[in-house]
Amino acid sequence: MIEFTTWDILRNLLLAARWTVVLSLVSFVGGGIVGLVLLFLRISKRKSARAFAKYYIELFQGTPLLMQLFIAFFGLGLFGIDVPAWLAAGLALILWTAAFLGEIWRGCVEAIGKGQWEASASLGMGRLQQMRFVILPQAMRIAVPPTVGFSVQVIKGTALTSIIGFVELSKAGTVVTNATFQPFTVYGLVALIYFALCWPLSKSSQILERKLNVAHRNH
Amino acid sequence: MSLIEITDVRKSFGSNEVLKGIDLDVEPGEVIAIIGKSGSGKSTLLRCINGLETISKGSISVAGAQLMDDEVHLKALRLKVGMIFQQFNLFPHLTVGGNVMLSQMVVKKTPRPVAEATARKMLERVGLSQKFDAYPDELSGGQQQRVAIARALAMQPIALLCDEITSALDPELVAEVLAVVRELAAEGMTLLMVTHEMKFARDVCSRVVFMHEGRVHEAGPPGEVFTNPQTPELKQFLGLH
Amino acid sequence: MNYQFDFGWLFEYYPQIVKGIAITIELIAVGGVAGISLGIVCAWVRALGPAWLKPVVAAYVELIRNTPFLIQLFFIFFGLPSLGLQLGELQAANLAMVVNLGAYSSEIIRAGIQATPRGQFEAGASLAMSPFETFRHVVLVPSLERIWPALSSQVVIVMLGSAVVSQIAAEDLTFAANFIQSRTFRAFEAYIVSTAVYLLLAILLRQLLAMVGWAIFPKRAAR
Repeated sequence: MIEFTTWDILRNLLLAARWTVVLSLVSFVGGGIVGLVLLFLRISKRKSARAFAKYYIELFQGTPLLMQLFIAFFGLGLFGIDVPAWLAAGLALILWTAAFLGEIWRGCVEAIGKGQWEASASLGMGRLQQMRFVILPQAMRIAVPPTVGFSVQVIKGTALTSIIGFVELSKAGTVVTNATFQPFTVYGLVALIYFALCWPLSKSSQILERKLNVAHRNH
Repeated sequence: MSLIEITDVRKSFGSNEVLKGIDLDVEPGEVIAIIGKSGSGKSTLLRCINGLETISKGSISVAGAQLMDDEVHLKALRLKVGMIFQQFNLFPHLTVGGNVMLSQMVVKKTPRPVAEATARKMLERVGLSQKFDAYPDELSGGQQQRVAIARALAMQPIALLCDEITSALDPELVAEVLAVVRELAAEGMTLLMVTHEMKFARDVCSRVVFMHEGRVHEAGPPGEVFTNPQTPELKQFLGLH
Repeated sequence: MNYQFDFGWLFEYYPQIVKGIAITIELIAVGGVAGISLGIVCAWVRALGPAWLKPVVAAYVELIRNTPFLIQLFFIFFGLPSLGLQLGELQAANLAMVVNLGAYSSEIIRAGIQATPRGQFEAGASLAMSPFETFRHVVLVPSLERIWPALSSQVVIVMLGSAVVSQIAAEDLTFAANFIQSRTFRAFEAYIVSTAVYLLLAILLRQLLAMVGWAIFPKRAAR
């Protein structure tokens, strides 16, 4: 039997962690774009658009991410597409992330007082202009901390893609465990790598939040 | 033809009818004070004229622009009437200058240098030219309200709606805002203001409209309305028994 | 797409689904009650507890909140035996959920405690209550009431997250779906059905938590 040093284990895990990072970035950026569309639908004047966004968010927030991954993986196959794990993983994570970001951002937009909408309307601005020049610049300021905070959920969410066979940090953990029979060390290291990725984001989200509150009180 | 024509306007919130058939015509250059108890519908009427509330029945037109519930008509209407709010509603993320320039550039597509020149002129008019680069939260309430007036004026409206614009101000700041309004009135601007400042209404306005329970209950020149009220409700409102 | 949907297997396999639902409910019931209790203790430590214990609890909370639940589960089920702690699938799943919800709920509850006006503590002290008595009788319930909606959402999130316990062969709803798809090759239908059940469970759980809230905080119902 081959002996594995802790360094061997760590090196293999870190190599796989690259894919965790890539998948997280893709999901976050893609989810942000779709989430922005959802935000606009959710606060649209059209009832049908609002209802669609509402049920979309309800559905993706009310079911397990793991099930969404399974359905993307097996469901796309029904259309005769041979779905590689990375495609199902990326697609499901983007749609899932969008639901949460859309909802977070809606909260931020709704936190902007009615007076801002009324003042900009009385100056003759259309709805898109109100959003672009008055509402979003203010909403974006308060959206930064919770958005950064949610990026941690995205990174942790990518761990589930190991279950449909995408090889990232968690999957590597299982593979290395099966080769080394050292689950305590391996999963401990896996946890530490996730922690190293997530903790700085959690912390900066907290700091940004605190800064924002201080700035608010000075108004 | 009058400048503002309000014809049989009715407005309900759910089963609660707030405006029960309002008729009011405003001529160019008139300065009208709308007075009445809270809940009499006076703020709602003002907000209807600017399309911030939809009306259930009747019609409103300003210089030929009809109130209709679509973006094109609303924009045409709002280019003719400016509105000043009780809570100022300045845009906190923009400087004073930015506040006054924004809608000129965005709505009217005015080039930046022209918008800036207009903004400086309007701020001069309300006595705040030195605050061009300040942010709203660095100003007193009275200064913020004067910026809001400059912001509305920069769109060159033919009438201004003022919704209790001094009610949120500390007493010592009321005068500086009213002085600006007085000057506008002297320059011939058409003004419709909901106000609790009775002395101001008596001194400056050409007509006073007393609203009671969603109707125009009594109206006339301030001399008549204040010294010789006809109805018991107005007498009670003015504190005469 | 010429795929024929087939839900005929439901008749044969519904006992598995029912059993899976029961286990998912058991997991969230135990995890919810024990997790929130642990969360209250940890929140008390971090807001008002002894100074030496604060960093320990802080480290626990940060570690759990910044690592995936799946890895926590694997660590408990596969890793702990090497320390001599051998747990069954269900025990491991339960423990993982309690540890996970404990960390998240402690942060939420702590925010509720910290929003308590200082006068409440002072009033308690002036009535000769000890700090712990003040916390227990004066501060705790209003603090929980303040954050009950956020806490409820977190419980639902943890319930949905429990789907991964199938990966250590705990026989929950997802395990049932995996089992059925491996027998019938009706993967899509099996996952659609179980997803719908999860959605229903999430809606019911939210209702239940709202009702629990009305029961614990009677003021709410009167409002």
